[in-house]
Formats: sequence, structure tokens, C-alpha cells
Amino acid sequence: MNINPRQNTSAQAQVRSSVLKAEHLTKQVQSPEGLLTIVHDVSLDIASGESIAVVGPSGAGKSTLLALLAGLDLPTTGRVFLEGRDLTQLDEDGRALVRAERVGFVFQSFHLIPSLTALENVMLPLELAGHARARHAALETLRQVGLKDRARHYPRQLSGGEQQRVALARAFVTEPAVLFADEPTGNLDAATGGRIGQLLFEMNARSRTTLVLVTHDSDLATRCERIVHMDAGGLR
Amino acid sequence: MRALLLSIRMLSREWRSGELGVLLLALTVAVAALTGVGFLVSRISAAVSMQAGQVLAADLRLESPQPIDPTVIAQARKSGIRTALATGLLSVVFQGDQSQLADIDAVTGGYPLRGTVKVADQPFDRGAPARGIPPPGEVWPDSRLLAALGGRLGSRLSIGAAELRVGRVLISRPDEGGTFTGLLPNLLMNAADLPRTQLIQPGSRVSYGALFAGSPARVAGFKGWLEAHRRPQERLRDISSTSPQIKSAVDRAGRFLSLASLVAVLLCATAVAMSARRYVGRHLDSVALLKTLGATRRFTVWLATLQLLAVAALAAVIGSVIGYVAQAWLVYALRGLLASRALPPASLVPVAMGFLTAVALLAGFALPPLLQLSRVPALRVLRRDLGPPRPLVLLAFGPAAAVVALLIYWVVLDWKLFLGFTAGLAAFIALLALTGAVLVLAAGRLREGAGVAWRYGIASLSRRRADSIVQIVAFGTGIMALLLLGIIRNDLDGDWRRSLPADLPNYFFINIPPQSRNAFIAYLQARGARPSVVLPMIRGRLTAINGRQVETLRFADHRGEEFANREQNLTWSAALGAGNRVVAGRWWTPAQDGQPLVSVSTEFEKWLGLHLGDRLTFDIAGETFTVRVASIRKVKWDSFRPNFFIVFAPGLLDKVAGTYLTSAYLAPGAARSLAELARQFPSVSIFDIDDLLADVRSVMDKAVLAVQSVFGFTLLAGLTVLLAAVQSSRDERRFESAMLRTLGARRRTVLTGVLAEFAALGILSGLIAAAGASVAAYFLTTRVLDLRYAFSAWACLVGVAGGGLMVIASGWLATRSVVRQPPLATLRADI
Repeated sequence: MNINPRQNTSAQAQVRSSVLKAEHLTKQVQSPEGLLTIVHDVSLDIASGESIAVVGPSGAGKSTLLALLAGLDLPTTGRVFLEGRDLTQLDEDGRALVRAERVGFVFQSFHLIPSLTALENVMLPLELAGHARARHAALETLRQVGLKDRARHYPRQLSGGEQQRVALARAFVTEPAVLFADEPTGNLDAATGGRIGQLLFEMNARSRTTLVLVTHDSDLATRCERIVHMDAGGLR
Repeated sequence: MRALLLSIRMLSREWRSGELGVLLLALTVAVAALTGVGFLVSRISAAVSMQAGQVLAADLRLESPQPIDPTVIAQARKSGIRTALATGLLSVVFQGDQSQLADIDAVTGGYPLRGTVKVADQPFDRGAPARGIPPPGEVWPDSRLLAALGGRLGSRLSIGAAELRVGRVLISRPDEGGTFTGLLPNLLMNAADLPRTQLIQPGSRVSYGALFAGSPARVAGFKGWLEAHRRPQERLRDISSTSPQIKSAVDRAGRFLSLASLVAVLLCATAVAMSARRYVGRHLDSVALLKTLGATRRFTVWLATLQLLAVAALAAVIGSVIGYVAQAWLVYALRGLLASRALPPASLVPVAMGFLTAVALLAGFALPPLLQLSRVPALRVLRRDLGPPRPLVLLAFGPAAAVVALLIYWVVLDWKLFLGFTAGLAAFIALLALTGAVLVLAAGRLREGAGVAWRYGIASLSRRRADSIVQIVAFGTGIMALLLLGIIRNDLDGDWRRSLPADLPNYFFINIPPQSRNAFIAYLQARGARPSVVLPMIRGRLTAINGRQVETLRFADHRGEEFANREQNLTWSAALGAGNRVVAGRWWTPAQDGQPLVSVSTEFEKWLGLHLGDRLTFDIAGETFTVRVASIRKVKWDSFRPNFFIVFAPGLLDKVAGTYLTSAYLAPGAARSLAELARQFPSVSIFDIDDLLADVRSVMDKAVLAVQSVFGFTLLAGLTVLLAAVQSSRDERRFESAMLRTLGARRRTVLTGVLAEFAALGILSGLIAAAGASVAAYFLTTRVLDLRYAFSAWACLVGVAGGGLMVIASGWLATRSVVRQPPLATLRADI
């Protein structure tokens, strides 16, 4: 029997508790042409452990939505609840604390700190959250992504694929409730991108993390339990 | 606490990766320049003070018409200060039938506390340092006294009721003056013999002197106590009241050095600001990421502050060591320039000053941008165009402006000068920024007609608008500071060298009777000496100003009262003396001969509160003369030529009985001629100023050394600014260069473009800097350093060409590696 995962999602989501909820999110910015609406009245409910892909053309507002959901930015109107906490009611430091404890990120351009080694980059979120055995946990996660031997290398000494694997290790090392991934394979060739995608989903399955993925990569998107389409700031 | 520990850990990682390197380098050079200058200045000032102290034979001297209170001596000893006593009186000294009035000084053991007494076995011979003071029963008369008495070593001289043996001939003693107040021959004796002479009787005119010497801190402390406890008739003298020649040279050198170290500090501040700017630019992404990963703003502020403190501490240590080694090397390398005496060791104060200044520079110039860094939004991880919000102008520039103002005031310690300097600096920076903005605007229009390399270079200028303006300000300030110091250094050095030629008169002759004048000059000329101008010298007393008796007047300056209450040396002259400059009114013409006119020096004008046209009444040998102030002269007292506070117009005092004075250069070994001269013209007083000249030359040599080396340090600071300015746009350049080369540009084209950009920046900064330096040099030389200003077209040329070349060269050095790097490596690193 062929089961369409997308048909399954809403049923599963109803069973599982909600971890991330957006209510009527709108984001407007001032531009030389006047007020620009980037995200328009988006509501979304994501269940714990669910993987969701946000797809759509360039400029559709996918990355802005991701920033709003992760508390990196504040909406003009609307609210975001992460594990029941209203991110829009928290100040910058409050949102930072939520991110430190409950959120992980993977970016298109990796965003490793060039002055830190691979190990130190992975240790960083643990240290920020006050984890006692940061080094041990970071080494273990680096082993999981197959880079234990490169722990002392600086980002500039690693290939693109390796850098993204370090970024994955850094994202999963805190065992976050929600992982946000913004075009994680966008800067990689098809083969490397495929391997990274594989690793991302394996680790996600292992840690039962909720995954919010923004991507152009249809292969990657179809691996998610739910796909939402975005166009001109709104969900289709 | 957790944030603190983590930020320390982050800091150590930053060290290892070398990310703090540029900031550290700029600050290390700043501290090295500061402490280097500080060490050198402290050593040279200590040497100069010691040398100046030799003129007093002490660091501090108390003079009293009554015996010194023993509690003063006890207090000095308690404060760890060395003391000696010198009692001076006038008495006739006899040898057989011969007699001569002499100035007798009876001294106690330890005299002189500074400098040396020189003695010889023959009058007018070259002296050698004496060991101690004359033993009891022995006296050391000077050459003139012995020649006048016809005595020799072993002769017995009668002084009051005592008869004492001539042990040595006194050639010179440190406190004999140079101010020509004591015109009489000298005799040095042991204070233990004084009671035997019975010279001190009730009513005798005796001057009691107490000499004090010790470490500068102790002397300063004791001076405070002494000022509070001295009796009204007692006079306290220290280095500031020593010979005007040394004081003038030391003052000017001191002012120059302070100015130069200030320039070095400001240059380093610019370098620190530029490095901090680059550091912030490079860390925008990292801080945004830290925040995305959950770092709070407080944590990022902690991180910034800790990093700065660590950089300050490290820079202070490394910089101080480099500064110390550099000045030690400099002193060693230039040891030939220094006179015989070695410099005293350096104090540790400059290290503390270096650290404090490093912290202040960082707090003022680097902390605001680093704090701003903590305001980078986390969203930057997704949108790279986002930076920190623009700071309030007050927050961005306030601390820097406050630190600069504090530093300037700390160095100049004079409100008027401070305001002038600050306003000048602000105006100059504003001019540079404005010109920069105009250039950037014009560059955008000019690039149409240029070739690809130039178009790329000039386009870079207008695209990096803010950076370009900042760079023009940095380059311009650096070049101007260097040019300014260069111009002033030349003026200062040249002025000193001119004022002390090798054949400068080393003997002054005073009290030449009018009837012997021609014979005396002929005598000198016959012995190969070239007398300078012969001036009449008349004693007179000022009795009234504008018809009001001086006794009824109150003067703002106590020196005014001293002037009004004692006899003055007056002269008359048709020509304005060398080293004199009329600053108000006019020097008289031949047609004004015989008119009741007088010219006064600026000191006289200031101390007595005189104005042009005031009427002064003098009592000269019982006759009253009322004259009008026709001109005010600025006198260069360090010119070593006869000069007077008050000069009358010729034809008025011709008939008044007076004597003449002149000076002449006599080659070493003229002792016999002088002994004969003293016998032939017994009334003439001879002053040997060789030792004084040697002292002044030595002080000036040290000052020149200091000036040169401070200039060296400033140059280094200037180069750091250039480097920091060039480095500040390096990352962007690296990427652009890679892009251009990927698009097919040859390495040479890219390099030419970069050089074109720097050439435009350098030449323009050089042009404004040359103009700014000329204006600033005019004010500094004429208002602060009392020198004559000469416009230097050469300096302007050096500013424009040299500035341009220096900027191009530093630009090339710094971007060479950028262009050399394979484009792929750069682009990959950036992805």
C-alpha cells in the first residue's frame, strides 16, 4: 500500500502535541517604494517531532517566516508560540535564552565561527547553555557526523560538505526541541547535498527533533512529513 | 559568572586564531611610542634638572638675611634630604699691603650638593674638580682675587681677625651665577673658620643660605613644607629661578616633547579606532551567530570588555618592554651626542602612564564600536545586509572626544592653549572630512573618462564613501602631525644651533671705565680676541610710573616690586641688539637721538604692568630723567650676548658717569693674558662663562636628542595609522580583487586600480595636511615655543609628494598579498 506522507501529517499532528504555533503572522518593512509586506497573515501549527518543509520561489518570504518562527525577528502583527511560550512577548535576551535551550539552526552558508575549531564551534551552544560536559558531548556528536578526526581543524581547513556536517553537529548537540534549517544544501553540489540531506534526516529521526526546513531542493522537501507552499508572503 | 568563564574561554580562542592581532599591534605601538617617549623624557628631564640644579649647587636653596632656623635643617634631614650651609658676606681681604673687596662664602661639608667646585694651582688655569671643601685654616680665593692681591699658593690672607692660608685657586663653583649679579671676586672658605674672623657682628650684611638636595619626590614634598614654614624675608630658589639661558632651553624642549608625545598618542588613538572598526566589521557575523545560538547581549558586552582589557594589558606589557628597549638603544646609539655625564636611570612611571593611556584609548576609541557590536541583530545570520543599529552620535564620538580632550589637557595644562589646540584639531578634522566628502562626490563623476584600472580604483573611493572619508581623515591627520613635528623640530634645532656657535663669547667683561675703554678693547684685540658690541652700563633706580611714585604702586607680579625697589642696569643704544625683536611700538630712528625715549623688555612690561607711551622716571646718579616707553622688545635671553631690560635712546645719558661692558671669545689657554689683564685693568670684572656654556650645550644636546627620538617614535605611530587605515578596508578589497580577477582582470590591472585609489587618497590628504601643518606650525612656533616662523615650501612639497608616496607604498604593501592570493581561495573562504 502506498501511503502518501502528506495525507498522514494532519492526522499525526492532531495526535502529537503542538511545539510551534504561528498565529496570523505578518511582517512589513519600510522600503524606498513604501511599506512592503514580506509575510502576510500566516498561521501554522507544527507538532512535536514533525518535519515540515517550506517551499516556494525566491522572494516568497520563506527565510523571513523561518526568522519569525525561530524568534530571530519579530512580526509586525501576529504571535509565535514555542512550546507554549509567546516569543513576541519576550525581549531580545529572553528570545536568546529560548534559542539557547530549545532551538537549533543549520544555514545555507554554514555560519561557522572562523576563529574557532570544529570542536569549539560544536561546543559553543552547549557552553552558552551552561552544559557541564560540553567537550565530551561535542566530540560524540562530531563522531556521529564522521568528523571526529577533524575536530581541531578550523573552518577554512574544511571542505563545504565538512563545514555543513560541523554545522549539523552544532545544531543537534543541544538536542533542541526545534531545528530550523535554511537551505542546508543550497551551497553544496548535488552529491554532497544528498549526503548532507541524508545525515540531516538520520539525525533528526534519532533525536526526534521537530524540523522546520526551508528549501528549494524538492528531494529534500519530499522527505518531510508535511510540505507547505509559500508565495508572495502567504501560504498556499 | 558562567558568562565570565565562557567569555574568558572565547577570548583565549580568539587569541589563538590571531583575530585580535591588528588591534593588539596598533595598541602595542601606541604604548611603545608612549612609554618610549616617557622613559626618554623622564631620563632626560632628570638629567636636565640635575644639570640645572648645579647652577644652584642644590635642588632647592633657601636664602635669608638671618641665620637659618635649625628646625628647617632638622626637618630636611627627617625628610631624607641632604643639606649644606653657605654663608655669604662682603669683606676686604688683605695680603700684606694689598687689599681687595671680595665676596666671601663660608660653606659646610657636603657643599656643593649638585655640580662641582673646580680648583687649580695657578690663577686662570683650567680647573680640576675639587675633593670636598677647603679644610679649616685654608681658603680658596678665585683667580681675580689672587691676581689683584698678587698672591700665590701658600700665601696667607687676612680675613677679618683671622689669617688663613691659600690652599688652591678657585676656578669655578656651580652657584657663582651667570646672571652677573655678583661683580666681586670670590673666596671660598670653611664655615668652621668663620667665628675666628669675627666678621659677623650685629648689623653686618650677611646672606645665609641653606642648600637642599634629594630625590625629586622628596624635594617636592620638602619644598611644600618649606613654603609653608619659611619666614617672610626668606627667599626660596629652585630650578625655575636658575639661569635664564638653561631655563629657556629646557622649557622649550619640554614643551616640544609634550607636544610630540601628544601627537604620538593622538596618532595611536586614530590607529586604535581604525583597528577597532575593522575588528567590529569582521565580527558582525560571529556575534550574530552567537546570539542565534542563545548568547545574551550581556554576554556579548562582557566578551567585548574582557577582550579589550586583555588587549590593553598585553599591549601595555609588550609595548612597555619595546619602549624601554627602544629608548635604551637610542641612548646607546646616540651616546656621542650626549655630554660626558650619563643619563640617570628611567623611572617606572611611564609604564603606568602607558597602561592607563592604553585603557583610556581603548575605552574611548574601541569600546563604543565593540559595544555597538553587541547590538548586531541575530537576524543577520539570514540577512547579511543587516548591521547593528546606528549609534547615537554622542555615544559613538563622545567617549573618544572626551579621551582626546583629557589627553590634550593633561599634556598642555593650560586652558588657553588647550582650547586653541582642541579647536584647531577639530577644525582640521572637519576640513579633512569635508574635503573627503567632496572628493568622493567628484570621483564618481570623473571616472567616466578613465581607463579600467583607474575607473575601478576611483569607483572604489565613491562606493566605500564612509570608509574613504575616514581614511582621508586618518591619512591627513597622520601626515599633518609628522609634517608639523618635522617643521618645528627643524626650527627648534636650527634656533639652538644658531644661538650657540663655536666662537660664542665665553668671557664677559664688566665695569670697564670710560677712560680705559679704548685701551681695553685694543688689549683684547692684540691677543686675538674679538670683542662683541661694547655697551655702556649705568646704574639707576625707577622712581615713578606716569608720575606716581613706585612705592605707592601695587604690582600684580612680585617681580615687579623687586624691579621697582632695586637699582637696575641701564644702557643706551642706537641699534637694536641681536636677539631682540620689537613686539610693540617702534625702535628709534637717528632723527630721534637725544629724545627722552626708552625701550623695555617684555618681562619688564609684564611684571610692572607697563604700556606703550607710559612715562617712567629714573634716578640716575642723583639726576632725574623722565622718559616715554617707545617700544617693547622680546629678548632672547639664551643668546649669550649682553642684553638689558631697559635701553635708552642715544644722546640722553651720554654725560652720565657709567662704565662699559663687552664680551669676547678667548681660546682655551688664555689664562696668562687674563691674569695680566686683571692686573692692568684692576677695576674690570671678568666672568668666565665657559662652564655655563658647556652646561647649556649639554642641556641642548640632550634636548635635541629627545626631540629627534620623539620624532622617530611619532613617525612610527604615524606609520601604524597608515597601516591601520589601509588594513581597515582589506577584507573588502580581497573579495573585490578576487571577483575582478575571476572576471578576467589581470593582476596588474587590479593592483593599478588599488594604487590609483591610494594615490588619490594620499595626494589629497597630503595637500590638506601640508596646509594644516603650515598654519599649525605658525601658531606653535610663534605662540608656544617663542621661535621665529619661516614658511617652508619644502615642507609642503614633502607633505604632498611624501604623503602621497607613503600612502601608496603602505597601500601597496598591505594589498599586495590580497592581489597575489588565488581568486578561488578568496571566494571559497568567503562563501
